[in-house]
Amino acid sequence: MFLTISTTGTPERPATDLGFLLHKHPGKAQAFSTSYGTAHVLYPEADAERCTAGLLLEVDPVALVRRGKGKGRGGAPDAALAQYVNDRPYAASSLLAVALSTVFSSAMRGVCTARPERAAQPLPLCIEVPALPARGGPDLVRRLFEPLGWAVTVEPVALDSEFPQWGDSRYVRLVLASQTLTLAEALRHLYVLLPVLDDAKHYWVALDEVDKLLRAGEGWLPGHPEQNLITSRYLSRRWSLTRQAREALELVRLAEADDSAVEEIDNAVEAETQTEEKPTPLAVQRRDAILAALRESGASRVLDLGCGQGQLVQALLKDPRFTEIVGVDVSMRALTIASRRLKLDRMGERQASRVKLFQGSLAYTDNRLKGYDAAVLGEVIEHLDLPRLPALEYAVFGAARPRTVLVTTPNVEYNVRWETLPAGHVRHGDHRFEWTREEFRAWAEAVAERHGYGVEFVPVGPDDPEVGPPTQMAVFETRTVNEKEAKAA
Amino acid sequence: MTENRTKGRVLPVTDLSLVVLVGASGSGKSTFARRHFRPTEVISSDFCRGLVSDDENDQSATRDAFDVLDYIAGKRLAAGRRTVVDATSVQQDARRRLIDLAKQYDVLPIAIVLDVPEEVCAERNAARPDRADMPRRVVQRHTRELRRSLRHLEREGFRKVHVLRGVEEVENATVVTEKRFNDLTHLTGPFDIIGDIHGCSSELEALLGKLGYADGVHPDGRTAVFVGDLVDRGPDSPAVLRRVMAMVGSGNALCVPGNHENKYGRHLKGRKVQHTHGLAETIEQMEGESEEFTQQVREFIDGLVSHYVLDGGRLVVCHAGLPEKYHGRTSGRVRSHALYGDTTGETDEFGLPVRYPWAEDYRGRAAVVYGHTPVPEATWLNNTICLDTGAVFGGKLTALRWPERELVDVPAERVWYEPARPLKSEAPGGHDGRPLDLADVHGRRVVETRHAGRVSVREENAAAALEVMSRFAVDPRLLPYLPPTMAPTATSRVEGYLEHPAEAFAQYREDGVARVVCEEKHMGSRAVALVCRDADVARKRFGVDRSTGSLYTRTGRPFFDDESVTEEILGRVRAAITDAGLWDELGTDWLLLDAELMPWSLKAAGLLRSQYAAVGAASGAVFPGALAALESASVRGVDVSDLLARQRERAGAAAAFTEAYRRYCWTTDGLDGVRLAPFQILAVQGRSLADLPHDEQLALLDRFVEHDGSGLLQTTRRLYVDTADPESVRAGVDWWLEMTGRGGEGMVVKPLGAVVRSETGRLVQPGIKCRGREYLRIIYGPEYTRPDNLARLRQRFLNHKRSLAIREYALGLEALDRLAEGEPLWRVHEAVFGVLALESEPVDPRL
Repeated sequence: MFLTISTTGTPERPATDLGFLLHKHPGKAQAFSTSYGTAHVLYPEADAERCTAGLLLEVDPVALVRRGKGKGRGGAPDAALAQYVNDRPYAASSLLAVALSTVFSSAMRGVCTARPERAAQPLPLCIEVPALPARGGPDLVRRLFEPLGWAVTVEPVALDSEFPQWGDSRYVRLVLASQTLTLAEALRHLYVLLPVLDDAKHYWVALDEVDKLLRAGEGWLPGHPEQNLITSRYLSRRWSLTRQAREALELVRLAEADDSAVEEIDNAVEAETQTEEKPTPLAVQRRDAILAALRESGASRVLDLGCGQGQLVQALLKDPRFTEIVGVDVSMRALTIASRRLKLDRMGERQASRVKLFQGSLAYTDNRLKGYDAAVLGEVIEHLDLPRLPALEYAVFGAARPRTVLVTTPNVEYNVRWETLPAGHVRHGDHRFEWTREEFRAWAEAVAERHGYGVEFVPVGPDDPEVGPPTQMAVFETRTVNEKEAKAA
Repeated sequence: MTENRTKGRVLPVTDLSLVVLVGASGSGKSTFARRHFRPTEVISSDFCRGLVSDDENDQSATRDAFDVLDYIAGKRLAAGRRTVVDATSVQQDARRRLIDLAKQYDVLPIAIVLDVPEEVCAERNAARPDRADMPRRVVQRHTRELRRSLRHLEREGFRKVHVLRGVEEVENATVVTEKRFNDLTHLTGPFDIIGDIHGCSSELEALLGKLGYADGVHPDGRTAVFVGDLVDRGPDSPAVLRRVMAMVGSGNALCVPGNHENKYGRHLKGRKVQHTHGLAETIEQMEGESEEFTQQVREFIDGLVSHYVLDGGRLVVCHAGLPEKYHGRTSGRVRSHALYGDTTGETDEFGLPVRYPWAEDYRGRAAVVYGHTPVPEATWLNNTICLDTGAVFGGKLTALRWPERELVDVPAERVWYEPARPLKSEAPGGHDGRPLDLADVHGRRVVETRHAGRVSVREENAAAALEVMSRFAVDPRLLPYLPPTMAPTATSRVEGYLEHPAEAFAQYREDGVARVVCEEKHMGSRAVALVCRDADVARKRFGVDRSTGSLYTRTGRPFFDDESVTEEILGRVRAAITDAGLWDELGTDWLLLDAELMPWSLKAAGLLRSQYAAVGAASGAVFPGALAALESASVRGVDVSDLLARQRERAGAAAAFTEAYRRYCWTTDGLDGVRLAPFQILAVQGRSLADLPHDEQLALLDRFVEHDGSGLLQTTRRLYVDTADPESVRAGVDWWLEMTGRGGEGMVVKPLGAVVRSETGRLVQPGIKCRGREYLRIIYGPEYTRPDNLARLRQRFLNHKRSLAIREYALGLEALDRLAEGEPLWRVHEAVFGVLALESEPVDPRL
């Protein structure tokens, strides 16, 4: 990984002063050892008019992997494969930012005993980063650097010239130019914004790194229009790193066994930055509609099948009429988050006795799910491949047989009303299908018929006269009576 | 056995029972128990008191002690082990608890009373230091309570009560173990099990004839077994009774009672029963029979045992089906389930009780053969089969030959009785039935395999597999196998190489495998294809509609989101199989293939873009600038020669890496450019082919590929090597060098004999992969060939990977065997799920 910092000068103010400002002699190539490899500083050009310093970090990829987990077993056996073949040795990532702060620490603080007046003044600067990973693309790169006074040239790098249909990679070639910034400011911008753009999940950065980053943002970060994004990407990185390590390695391995990108498999829970935001109005309306239907059904023992991160369970807990609430999900990651959200380990015994969370799957019948008053399948069925829907149908309506079943699913007709949704797209990457009102109705009525339920349909959200509501809900009630009632009748 | 003991009383005690010793403190219960039962059969309250309180005589610990006693006894009884409770049990309350326990586990409660004079008890207690200060009144109370109890022990629920009076009778008694009535495990048949007859005498005679019986006797000594419901509804119940009673009487048949016999039996005893559901017909038909015959019928019905366990425990016959925990048990509810089955408490639209689908939950190893619920066809479900094919309703009368598992039937001559509801046209569990239960896969599990014994699956691995199986996999009915992982060759010391075939040949030589086959590793994704001859076969054999098979990845995901693309590929494969004549040659109408699907980029597009191409793009972008900067610095006279040389080398390695992954990518359009290379036929109808030698496998596959007219199928190049012949080994190495030198992925070395064991009896690796030097760049990184990197990477540990490969292999073989033998879906799925779970075990992913 590599970047260059150039400046121009005049005989009075020679460009070679850059060497003083950086505390690195332009006539030498110097090597510094950093946490992840050796950093080299060298000057491809150095005269009064023009001086360029290059920082080259030789990352040791083998050591990189072992560093995290080694424990003397020689091969970090439980590391993800992605860590062995990755872009770290080439791309200007967070590792380069760390190297930058190590090698140019004085310059970053603006300290220069030899040329103190120059350190405090702006100078003409040109910074080139040939391979910068930029999640968010050229547009975000501009939004991050331009407000700070940089003229930004940013070009996407093609993924593979032999396969133009693959499109652009996540890397850009970045050139920054400015006349108005000091070198220290420039370095601090890079130090913070390189990792923000990288937004990689693979490397743990020490906890105090966050503080360091915030310190480096002093003076420019608070007023930055993208301050929230910059900050939240740091926080999200912290979270996902710790979670990744603890919870999902088994899934990572299964993804790798399948030659799949990990995100294709381990996607039951959306990135935490998104999920921690306020729920969308539709999600709230959906939850309210479900709660209303549950109350109307008179249920007190309720299953939330596909409980995800436990939002509905949390709402149910607030109403004492629900005496037993069971959240079931197939994703262990979702359950862990739900348990954290509900603060299960700190809940009082009485309250805790009302709620249970466990892993389950509706592809299988499950004795633990029998005998409940009601079951909620909120935005669940569309996450199943259609051929596997009959198994869910049997597990819920045939085997578990709660008295009431609520099923919600998107109404695909409404998608034309979402301005942000491109035509023909589903609302969520993992939606295997989205149904029209008619398709949903046909399915629900057939299910009801097969299993002895009656079914009614309730719109959720604004019921558009043309395309219907954004979410459709079916309320199933068992039709078969039990023997006692039959005799009484 | 001593002389004086044989003079004493003989006490029959059932082999599976809860034996309650009743007697005052000091009456000699522990001595009696020690003498007549195995030490592990006996649980004493004193011992349990000691467990919970450190003092066997601490009366304040009694309640906790009995909790422990009940718990241990419960565990033993659940496991089918006779249990003897050594406590005073002189109080009715104490005995009631034990009777309830016996009922809970459906075993017989038996009381053995030691009625010993109070003075003897007191004397014995006084002689024991730990009881020396026990007040006399305790024994007095015990004795009083015992006397009071004696009269109503049977009424309390004890099925046998043995009272031993006096010291001498206690001393001289002998206990003999008695089998349960339902335990006929010693009878091995062969059997012909016959479904519900309901007075269809003519059909019965026809069926017996078809089965080979002449006047109730089979020339080969076979035994008929009737599942009950001989009477009611049909035209001639007396004739059926006469035939069955004669056969049972002469030892040519066994019979279990159906609910209809049971009701008729109660009628014969003078109880008031409703003459509905065809009973009126039986009563009427019996009017012409002699008093004597009626009397015989009454005795016959009275003597019927609710169910039988036969053939070493492999077969259970009863009328309405029986869950495993009731097999061989004896209680009212076992009898009731055997006669009536279980109901959900709901009633259907015809006003009939909704039957609980117990067979869906059945996971026992014994086959359960039953009747009771009329179905159009007798079909196996979870190792159970219902033989009531509605003969009296105009269906047919069906028999099952055991152990052949063949069905024999004769059609009904006519509709003898109109059914109250139409015969259900679906197997229990419904059309989408044969449901899998979470308990089959969830949590920590141990899977029994034929080839490698018990393979365990850890909870966290099962949890990950559950998510992938549920969210991404194809329908489990179309997922009868997952390929095991494969270990690479031992690390090579040859300069510049991490893997080299010499090591693979050496390893097999060491394992005693002389002949191996080297198969080219295709540069694609592992694919398993289940190909049915047509949609009808898919429906009948695998129970699915809308597809004729499946094509899935090594974690069970479908290769194509679009089902029609899968069908198109299956269609081409099917055509080649048909043209090659393999259906008939292999005697099958479905085929399970292990294969490689190419190009790799087809399946791994996401991974390629996010990881491999990304590395290529980043390195391609960074090096030109970095090298130019170094060159400029060098021109300026700065000494960067080492650094520059190293960066040039790195740039070269990165370019080689990019070249390496590009070989696995090509553009496809629909199925144009897609290729499938089958390298093993895993299983066909009735047979796992996993043990077919690889040369025979490849010969079959070559013919099949030759007949492909679509350009989809591709052969697998191979070379046979004799591991003991240096010439041959050298040829193998050269072959690999030549192939990988041209950019090939490498090869897999397999023992020719497929499933092979070493001299010590262990399974040897079914294959060892030997990957090409350039290919390994995309595994170990672009720069892995640098000497310092290689030196470090050679420190790799293969043992876990090898063990994992063997365990997954054993599970895979097990899945194939279970599939071939037509075992229930859950049994096949259990093994398949195990493979997926093990795939998530922590092991160096680069191996």
